[in-house]
Amino acid sequence: MIAPDWLSVIARTLGGTILDVLPIIFILGFFQLVVLRQKIPNPGRMIAGFAYVVIGLALFLIGLEQALFPLGKELARQLTDPEFLGLGRVGGPLAWGDYYWVYIFAAAIGFATTIAEPALIAVSIKAGKVSGGTIGPWGLRLAVAAGVAISLAVGSFRIVTGTPLYLYMIAGYFLVIVQTFFAPKLIVPLAYDSGGVTTSTVTVPLVAALGLGLASTVPDRSPLLDGFGLIALASLFPMITVMGYAQITAWLSARRPRSIDRQRQRQDPER
Amino acid sequence: MMRGALSMIRLVGGTARDLAPIVVIVAFFQLVVIQQPFADLTRIAFGLLFVMVGLAVFIQGLEMALFPVGEALAGAFARKGSVVWLLLFSFGLGFGTTIAEPALIAVTDEAAVAMASAGAIANADDAKAGYALALRYTVAVAVGLSLVIGVVRILKGWPIHWLIISGYGLVVALTAFAPAEIIGIAYDSGGVTTSTITVPLVTALGVGLATVIRGRNPLIDGFGLIAFASLGPIIFVLFFGIVS
Repeated sequence: MIAPDWLSVIARTLGGTILDVLPIIFILGFFQLVVLRQKIPNPGRMIAGFAYVVIGLALFLIGLEQALFPLGKELARQLTDPEFLGLGRVGGPLAWGDYYWVYIFAAAIGFATTIAEPALIAVSIKAGKVSGGTIGPWGLRLAVAAGVAISLAVGSFRIVTGTPLYLYMIAGYFLVIVQTFFAPKLIVPLAYDSGGVTTSTVTVPLVAALGLGLASTVPDRSPLLDGFGLIALASLFPMITVMGYAQITAWLSARRPRSIDRQRQRQDPER
Repeated sequence: MMRGALSMIRLVGGTARDLAPIVVIVAFFQLVVIQQPFADLTRIAFGLLFVMVGLAVFIQGLEMALFPVGEALAGAFARKGSVVWLLLFSFGLGFGTTIAEPALIAVTDEAAVAMASAGAIANADDAKAGYALALRYTVAVAVGLSLVIGVVRILKGWPIHWLIISGYGLVVALTAFAPAEIIGIAYDSGGVTTSTITVPLVTALGVGLATVIRGRNPLIDGFGLIAFASLGPIIFVLFFGIVS
């Protein structure tokens, strides 16, 4: 009974993903064969790899669209519903504190979707390898996810209170600039990158649903003008948390050798 | 063959850990906060299985194709020693992956409708289509040029923070002058341009370049291309909004 429905969805998504990959294949092929005039090394493995990328991404998107997006969007709609928030019972205008479930949900869903973001997984694998393991893939992913969580909670608060976006942006960028000069140098480019990586396949649709729900529930908000602020903040805060993560680990590891030295001194009093 | 199947199973199992937070949070809000049962549990279970297997297969493909291709190209361009071709490639990669991006097409169409209803452009189909197309080309050119600037930075070893900080300074300044309707679209376009396939490829290219060029550190100089690619479109679209 569900089979025909699924088949058409699979065909459509697979087609879309292939269309996504085609320009990349075309450009890669052109430069590899015409400009660089090189044979493709290990072509069988390469073709299989691209097939894996297309099929994997298509399956991933189908699963999201069939199961997780409808659930997440429905949750966002219900949590921003005035009736659920108690407007039906009290009858008065809502204070910003009445939306507390929205902030908690926004933070939780931002954190969870970022952990599953394929582009972020890719970058953190690469960063783990390049740094020789000093930047752990999980540390980076958790730091970015925390950043998105904070940004969505703050962004929802902003929509509810109606405070102007640029205040948050300017304060955030000021913090980014200050951190840039104090954070370990190795992390800075990676932190900047993580701002762009977060707003991708998984996060954007859910964030858009949340923003739209909120903007249409709170009086005097425009979905067009207020909804987008969430994405803008979601690419700002991960920079802060990733640099913060590096600052904390650097601070911790600066303390650790000293305590080891002390231990050694205790064991070996002659030194 | 057996080993391949085993490692695949392990990979799928690993993605369960990636998805556990989503499952826990959605279940908590559905059952505890909203207090409603799940509508269609089989559909959700199947969907989750698709997501897990899909993620595992994608990561496998990443290691087999996208990472090696990016690194191989970086090495080949460095050996060829032609900066012009490298920059043309960077522009082509940014422009080519962006112009056909479905998410971008959706955003620009939406933008045209919003501008027409705000009275900024004529409310006719061809005017809207023209506006959407112009905006799409603006974003694609912006991504291409951003990657070119990012690659030049790697070649020259410029410190990234001056470029990015002044870029965001420009964004804040332009936001003050740009028409209100375009601001949201500008920030959105910065997000939609860095797709899941482009990110690993571009990252591998940057890290590969920084690895083969003497005196560059892959961690300090290799990363940062994504940051340029998501900053450039915001600046260009804000400009576009002010000029048009």
